[in-house]
Amino acid sequence: MKMNIGYFPGCTLKATALNFEKSALEVAKILGFQLEELSQWHCCGTVPSLSQDDLLKQISPVRNLIYAQSLGYNKIVTLCSMCYNTLAQSNLFVKENKEKLRKINQFMSEMPDYDGGVEVKHFLSFLKEQITLEKIRESVKTNLSGIKIACYYGCLLLRPKIIGIDDSEQPKILEELMQVLGAEPVYFPYKTECCGAYHTVIKPDIVARRVYRILENAKENKAQIVITSCPLCHFNLTKRQEEIKKIYPDFKGIPVVYFTEVMLQALGENFKCV
Amino acid sequence: MKLVENRIKLPIKFKRSFEILRKIEDISGENVFACYQCGMCSAGCPMAPEMDILPNQVLRLLQIGAIEEVLETRTVWLCASCFTCSARCPKGVNLAKLMEGVRIVILREKNKDYFKPEEMIKEPLPAIALVSALRKFTT
Amino acid sequence: MRIGVFVCHCGRNIAGIVDVKTVVDEIAKLKDVVFCTDYIYLCSEPGQKTIQEKIKELNLTHIIVAACSPSLHGITFSRAVEAAGVNPYLFEMANIREQCSWVHSHNPELATKKAISLIKASLAKLRYSQPLTPIKVPLTQKVLVIGGGIAGIRVALDIAQAGFEVYLVEKSPSLGGRMAQLSETFPTLDCSSCILTPLMVEVARHKKIHLFTYAEVKKVEGIIGNFKVTIEKKPRYVIPEKCTGCGDCVDVCPVVVPNEFDQGLGARKAIYVPFPQAVPLVYTIDFENCLNTEKLIICEQCFKICGPKAIDFLMRPEEIQIEVGAIVVATGYELLPLEALKEYGAGEYEDVITSLDFERLISASGPTGGILRRPSDGRIPKSVVFIQCAGSRSPEQGRPYCSKICCMYTAKHALIYKHLVPDGEVYVFYIDIRAAGKRYEEFVQRVMGDGVLYLRGKVSKVFRHNEKMVVLGVDTLSGKTVEVETDLVVLAPAIIPSKGAQELAKMLKIPVDEFGFFSEIHPKLRPVETTSPGIYLAGAAQSPKDISETVAQASAAASKVLSLLSQKEATLEPIVAYVDKEICKGCGLCRRVCPFKAITIVKEDKKRYAKVEPAICQGCGCCMAICEENAINVAGFTYQQLSAQVRALLEDKYEVSKKTAEFRKI
Repeated sequence: MKMNIGYFPGCTLKATALNFEKSALEVAKILGFQLEELSQWHCCGTVPSLSQDDLLKQISPVRNLIYAQSLGYNKIVTLCSMCYNTLAQSNLFVKENKEKLRKINQFMSEMPDYDGGVEVKHFLSFLKEQITLEKIRESVKTNLSGIKIACYYGCLLLRPKIIGIDDSEQPKILEELMQVLGAEPVYFPYKTECCGAYHTVIKPDIVARRVYRILENAKENKAQIVITSCPLCHFNLTKRQEEIKKIYPDFKGIPVVYFTEVMLQALGENFKCV
Repeated sequence: MKLVENRIKLPIKFKRSFEILRKIEDISGENVFACYQCGMCSAGCPMAPEMDILPNQVLRLLQIGAIEEVLETRTVWLCASCFTCSARCPKGVNLAKLMEGVRIVILREKNKDYFKPEEMIKEPLPAIALVSALRKFTT
Repeated sequence: MRIGVFVCHCGRNIAGIVDVKTVVDEIAKLKDVVFCTDYIYLCSEPGQKTIQEKIKELNLTHIIVAACSPSLHGITFSRAVEAAGVNPYLFEMANIREQCSWVHSHNPELATKKAISLIKASLAKLRYSQPLTPIKVPLTQKVLVIGGGIAGIRVALDIAQAGFEVYLVEKSPSLGGRMAQLSETFPTLDCSSCILTPLMVEVARHKKIHLFTYAEVKKVEGIIGNFKVTIEKKPRYVIPEKCTGCGDCVDVCPVVVPNEFDQGLGARKAIYVPFPQAVPLVYTIDFENCLNTEKLIICEQCFKICGPKAIDFLMRPEEIQIEVGAIVVATGYELLPLEALKEYGAGEYEDVITSLDFERLISASGPTGGILRRPSDGRIPKSVVFIQCAGSRSPEQGRPYCSKICCMYTAKHALIYKHLVPDGEVYVFYIDIRAAGKRYEEFVQRVMGDGVLYLRGKVSKVFRHNEKMVVLGVDTLSGKTVEVETDLVVLAPAIIPSKGAQELAKMLKIPVDEFGFFSEIHPKLRPVETTSPGIYLAGAAQSPKDISETVAQASAAASKVLSLLSQKEATLEPIVAYVDKEICKGCGLCRRVCPFKAITIVKEDKKRYAKVEPAICQGCGCCMAICEENAINVAGFTYQQLSAQVRALLEDKYEVSKKTAEFRKI
C-alpha cells in the first residue's frame, strides 16, 4: 500500500472549505496513510475546457500535472469533484491529442514537458481501491447507528462517463462507504442531478429552485443529512437555503456536510453532534 | 429570425451562417447532424425548465441553419455543463461540448463578456464559483 | 484449344471507359484465340444466344467472358456455355467492370490496358484448366428444424405436409415460443393462444414430424444432404409415454419457484408444465430446484401420488443421432434485460416492467388472471407510461438498430389498457412511429385518437416517489419538458437474439452479424439462406420481425428446403482439394488447418499421405496455402493456374524466373 500519495487540494479547500481538507487529512491519518500535498500547485481552472482549439484553457490543469510529474508522483489524489473532473479531462485531452500536447509543452517552455504519465484519482476511488472498505470497516470506532444519509454525487464526479468514478446512473461508491461506517444510505433518485453550479454567481434564484428539488427529494426519502464531495455543491446546498426560503417559505433546511466529516465522526474518538 | 417573412428559406443563403456552423463544429469537435432529435437531452436537462428553447431545439436550429436564432437565445447561457445530456445521448453526441462551442462563438464574435463582474452577487463566494463562472461566461 | 472471347459493353458501364474495340483487336491476335468479339449486353438472352451459337459454329472448346463480376453473372454464363456443350470449368470470367471500368473511370487509357491484362490472365489460367464434373452425394430426405416457436412450427408443418420427415427440436419443455406468451396479436387483436395452439397440436399429431422438446442440438457434422446431428434430450424425470397430464403431482410438490413463462411474475412448482396448453402435455421436473439431487432422493411426493407411475428420478440425459439433408434455424429472440437500461432503474424498480411482462399481466392465463395489477402492491394502475426505444436505436449502447415490433405492440398495449381500465391515463413516449405493415398505420392512428397521449421525446429518467413512479420526459413537438407521476412504467426493450445463438452458429459454422443475429446471404434476394449450403433461417433469429413476417419467412425457408429435397441427390461444386500422392509427405499440416475437418492422413503400403473427403471439402484453399510441397491443389484453382494468372498480369512489368519463381522488375 502506498504510504505517500500526491495530494492536490485546489483553491477552495484552502479557503472556504477548510473543514473538507481538515477532516480528510485526519481520516487519512487514522487509516494509516499520509496525504502529501504537492509542494507546488495552483488553481486547476475549476471547469474543464470543452473546446478543441482553445489550448490556453488547458495550460492551468496541465501545468499542475507537470508539477506532479516533476515531483515524482505518478498518481495524484483530489478531494474536490471539480478539480478531479478538470484535471482528469485535461489529462485525457492531451493524451489523445499528441500534437496539441506538443504545442502546450512548447508554450510552457520554462517547464519540463508533460509526458502524460500522471494519473488523476479522486479520494473516493483511492479509498475503495487502495485502502479497501474492509479496512475502513475495521477502523470504525463510533458506529453511526443507522443515521439516514442521502449521498449526493452531483455531476462532475460521474460524468462524462469516460472519467466517472462510478456508474453515472446508479453509482454506489458513497453508499457503500456510508454503509461500512454504520450509517444507512437512503434511496435518493436526485443524487446525480446538477445543483446549478456556477449559476450561483449571477442567478442564485435558479440555483435555489434546483436545490429545493434536490433537498426536498432527500427529505422525502427520510434523509437526516446530505453528504457531498464538491465545495460548489456544498455552497449551493447550504448557503442558498436562504434563497429557497424566499421562494418557498415552508422550506425546512437539512444539514449538508462533506463525506470526510462523516468519516471522521465514525473513525474518530469523539462523536460530534451534527 | 431577422428575415422579413417569418419563414426560414432553405438552403441558407447566408454564407456567414455556414461559417458559424463550421466554427461551432470545429471548436466542439461534434457533428450536429448525428442528432436524431429524440429529446432525451432536454428530458434530463436540469436547467431545461428555465430555458427559452430546449437543448434539443438548439441543436435542431443548428441543423436547419437558423444560426442567428441560436446566437440570440438565452438557453446556451443557462447550461450548467453538468454533462447529463452527453452521458445519456443514444447517438453519442456530446451536447455539452456543442453548447460550449456556441458560447465561445458568441463570445468571440461579440468580443464582449456575457456578464460584468459588477453583476455578480455581492456576498462571499467560494473561489470555485467565481473562477468557474468567469471561465464559462467571459472571453 | 479453341478459345472464344466475348467482351461485354454492359451499356456504358464498361464501354464508356474501356475502349472495347481495341481490347477485341488485341485479344484476337493471341495464340489459340479462334474468335473474339464485343457485345452490348452479354447477360441478355440474345447475348447468351450469341455465345452458344458461336460455340456450336466454331467448335469452341474454351470460353472467356469479359464483363462484370463473376459473383453477379458467373452462374448465368456457366449455365449458358454448359447448355452449348462446353464444360463450365473451361469457362473463365474476367471482371472488367467492378475491378476495371468502375474503379478507373478517370483513366480510360489505363482501364483499357488493364482490361486487356485481365483477359490475358484469364487466358493464361485457361491453358491449365481441366474439365470437372460436379460431385453428386446422396441426399437424406429428412429435415432438422431447430426451435419450436411459430417459425419452427410453420416450417415443420410445411415440409411435413409435402411428405418429408421433420425433426423438430425445442429446448424448453413445450412448443410455442414467444407467441404462446402473448395475449393478443396486432393488428387484428386475435387471441394469440387461440390461433397458435391448433398449429402446435397439428405438429404433435403429424406422423411425419418427430418432436423433441426439452432437447438441444449438441453437435453437427457433415454438409448439405448429409448432416449428422447429435441431439441431447435433457432428462424430464417424467416418462412422457406414461404421463397423462393430470396435474396431481403439482398439488403435492413442496417447492415453489418463479415461473419463466410468466416472466417471473408468477409461480410454479418444481414439477410443472409451462402453461396449460403446452404441447406435449407432459410434466417436467426442474431438477435445479427440486429438493432431490442425483445422488440423494429426499422427497418422493410426486412419485407417490402419480397414478400412471410416470415419475423416474433415475432418468439421465439421452443422446440421439439423426441424419438429415437440411437444417432450418428458427431460434427466435429475447428481450434486452432491464439491468442494461440504467436510466430506467436497471431492474431495481418493481413497477418498471418490460412489454413481455405487461403481456403476461394482461393475459387471461397470466399470473393475475387477466386483471392488470402492479407488481409492487397488486393495485390496478390508474395510469401507465409506455416508453418506446428502450435500448434500441442507440449506437452508444452498441444497438443502433430498430427493433421493429415495439411501436405496434405498444399501441396494442395502450388500446388493451384502455379497455381494461377505461378511466385510466396512458402516455406513450416515442421518437418515431414505425407502422409499415398492412393495416398497421390505421391501427396506430386508432389508438392515438382514443384518449392515449402520444408524446414525442425520449424519456431521460425514471425514479420512485413514494408509491408512484416519476417519469422525466420531453415533448419535442411542443418544446416542453414534461414530468409524469404514474403507477406503472412499461418499457419496450431492444430485441436481441436468443441465448445460445452464438454457440449454435459456431456448431453449424454459419456467420452471425455484430449483434448476434444469424446472417443471411443477401437481405433482399436471399433472406432465408446462409452461406452454408443446406442451412436455412426463419424468423426473428435472423432479425427482429413480427408474426406475419415470421410466418412468411418460415414458408419461404420451407420452400427452399423442399426444392432441395425434391431431388434424390445433392449436387456439390467440384471445386475441392485433391492430393498428389507421389509428392505428399504426409506431414499433416493441411489436416490441421482445414476448418471443415475434411482431410485425414492415411497410410497405404508404407506411404503416408493426406486424403481429402470431397463431400466435406468446401474449397477454401487453406490446405493449398500451407502445403510446403505443393502436393495439394484445389481443382479449378491449382497452383499452376494461379501462378500463370499472376505471371500474365505482370508480364509487362516484371519477368519471373521459371526456376526460382523470383520476380525482377523490367
